[in-house]
Amino acid sequence: MKRAFTIFSLVTAILLVYGLYQALVAAPTERTMGDVQRIFYYHVPSAWTAFCLFFTNLIASIVYLATKKIKADALAVASAEVGVVFCTIVLVTGPIWARPVWGIWWTWDVRLTTTLVLWLIYVAYLVLRRFSDTAQTPILAAVLSIFGALDVPLVYFSIWFFRTQHPQPVMGKGGSLDPRMLHAFLINLLAFTCFGIMVCWARYRLEMLHREVEEAHAMESLGTSSSNEASLPLSRSSR
Amino acid sequence: MTESRNSLWSLAVATLVKDIRLEWRSKDALNAMLFFSLLVVVIFSFSFDPNAEESRQIAGGLIWVAFLFSSIVALNQTWARELRNQVLDAYRVSPAPANSLFLAKAIGNFLFVLILEAVMTPLFIVFYNLRALGPAWQLIPVGILGTWALVVNGTFFAALSLRTRSREIMLPLLLFPISIPAIQGMVEATRIILSADGSARFWIVLLLTYDVVFTTACLGLFGTILQAE
Repeated sequence: MKRAFTIFSLVTAILLVYGLYQALVAAPTERTMGDVQRIFYYHVPSAWTAFCLFFTNLIASIVYLATKKIKADALAVASAEVGVVFCTIVLVTGPIWARPVWGIWWTWDVRLTTTLVLWLIYVAYLVLRRFSDTAQTPILAAVLSIFGALDVPLVYFSIWFFRTQHPQPVMGKGGSLDPRMLHAFLINLLAFTCFGIMVCWARYRLEMLHREVEEAHAMESLGTSSSNEASLPLSRSSR
Repeated sequence: MTESRNSLWSLAVATLVKDIRLEWRSKDALNAMLFFSLLVVVIFSFSFDPNAEESRQIAGGLIWVAFLFSSIVALNQTWARELRNQVLDAYRVSPAPANSLFLAKAIGNFLFVLILEAVMTPLFIVFYNLRALGPAWQLIPVGILGTWALVVNGTFFAALSLRTRSREIMLPLLLFPISIPAIQGMVEATRIILSADGSARFWIVLLLTYDVVFTTACLGLFGTILQAE
């Protein structure tokens, strides 16, 4: 398990370096937008990774409600936290690109708004997990995740209808995509997906270890596990 | 089947009658809500000071934000009452279906918020000199669907945040993000009807969809929340 993680991290690091070279050096400069277009190689892969992680969170939540397996809940925590980080990257890089290209930082376009609402829902999810430290927290969080998933299509449709009545900035790229751009984009998509999986994996292992430590402390305070006392860490992580 | 449905409704009605009687005697939630939304209305009118045309454009937003904020007051009280004397624990171990409790609480909150709206809407009309240019009767389905949209999820999330620390803050943090499409539906429908700017049909259908989806989800998952141990 540990070796697999090390190998996977190495592959991810190589992919990220190669992707960085491809995005900043190898890919040609876009004709009308200039160098700022290169943010696209980070923005879109981050969005893709964030959505994949949120989807993982939903699946893990449903599995947890059905089976009550701790592993599913740990995966739900890990994917939600890492997903929020990637979603934040999307929401920060978007305006940096939009300002020079569209002339505005933000618009209530359907994709932007849906991403923002998704981010808000998952921040609420993390707040719920942080504010509640009883044994029921995983169940409550899983239920909230399902509510969030039901909400997102409704947000999408309402904004879509709302904004199609108004003119909006054009998202699509006119003309054909240079193959080198496509290459750089696909490499970065792969690299970011691997990066997301790697961080999520690390967070998942941390969460499992954290629970083992908590369990061991609980057992210790009950006085049932005096034999492996020495193997326990001295301080609990502060939460 | 009929037996269980009967017991579901009779239990729901019993709990609802009990809640209404309690509220009638104390009037805690209603008074707090009314005064709170009155304050919101007054503060909004100081902050914006619109003319008649601007009022029509922004009144939908103001009125629903005021109702949203003040319904939080009632929603937070929903379950707090049942925590005293371990009523909720007693309910949990009893064979009564969880959904009858949920329905009673949701309908109770729905009635309280409807009363609030019935009192506050005339005040809004007076303060903002509102006159609907579109079909005003459509405001009734918008009001009913919108209120249910707020209340059904609000009751559910109030139950969900019962066991968290500082639960009174948790409720809006959970409810507001999920309510965004519903709020947009209410506000847009109200604005369109007030200013006769096209048809509000899409938004009414959106609200109806939202209500159906989340009522189903709440009824499906409330047992899990109540029994979560």
